[in-house]
Amino acid sequence: MIPLSWYLILSATLFSIGLFAVLARRHAIAILMGIELMLNAVNINLLAFWHYWSQIKGVPQVSGMVFAAMIFVLAAAETAVALALIISAYRRHHTVVVDEMTLLKG
Amino acid sequence: MSALQWVFLVTALITVSAAVMMVASRRMMHAALWLAVALLGVAVVFVTLEASFFAVVQLLVYIGSILIIIVFAIMLTQRSTEAGPRLNPFAWGAAGVAGVVWAALTYIFIRWLMSGTPLQELGASFDDVVPLGKALVDAEGFAVPFEVASVLLLAALIGAVYIAFERRGEGS
Repeated sequence: MIPLSWYLILSATLFSIGLFAVLARRHAIAILMGIELMLNAVNINLLAFWHYWSQIKGVPQVSGMVFAAMIFVLAAAETAVALALIISAYRRHHTVVVDEMTLLKG
Repeated sequence: MSALQWVFLVTALITVSAAVMMVASRRMMHAALWLAVALLGVAVVFVTLEASFFAVVQLLVYIGSILIIIVFAIMLTQRSTEAGPRLNPFAWGAAGVAGVVWAALTYIFIRWLMSGTPLQELGASFDDVVPLGKALVDAEGFAVPFEVASVLLLAALIGAVYIAFERRGEGS
């Protein structure tokens, strides 16, 4: 069997890479990809805990699966809105580099 | 080590390297393709967790739709994407924050691995789709969050269309 902490370490690694992408990249779509990676890391965590909790209980526990399904719904909604925002900003400012979007800077 | 552990280790290696390549690649289209590899690796991890339903949903939702939208957005905004450095001036600070988070979490998990009693696999090959489907439409279960999620998706769709819609007089 695979120890639970292997999943948690993989998830922490993916989360950190996503965090770096969010903090360091200049391209808005690259930041969005980092967010997707972080959400995937969270989903690995949720499903790993769900799996081992179900093994302990002996029957499938639905709460963890519902949590993971909610993360999927959130990821889809967030991507749709964020890409619409990026395309709208590109149409007005002709850039998708977040450093150059200084409309709100005083 | 068992075969399942080897499968997990190889998948984890491929996933993490694809994620690193995604962050490091200069061209956004390459980053999107590396993201596809990473998402595929996560789907295989879901299979090792016996969450077959979520592996399929990962393929359908992430690789099937989210990645396609991302590729479309990259192609629509191609002109400004290749110029300039790909990291902002705070990249070292960002690397520090991400490294500290990763080191702290990994340290905790490795200590946990050393000290805790390992879980015993019961070997029950259970069916996960039917209980999930029943719970999502059960008024005692998760019917209300399910409906709220569908309203959220509808609102996000309408909002996305409204935001991206080109009004006359604005734009280029």
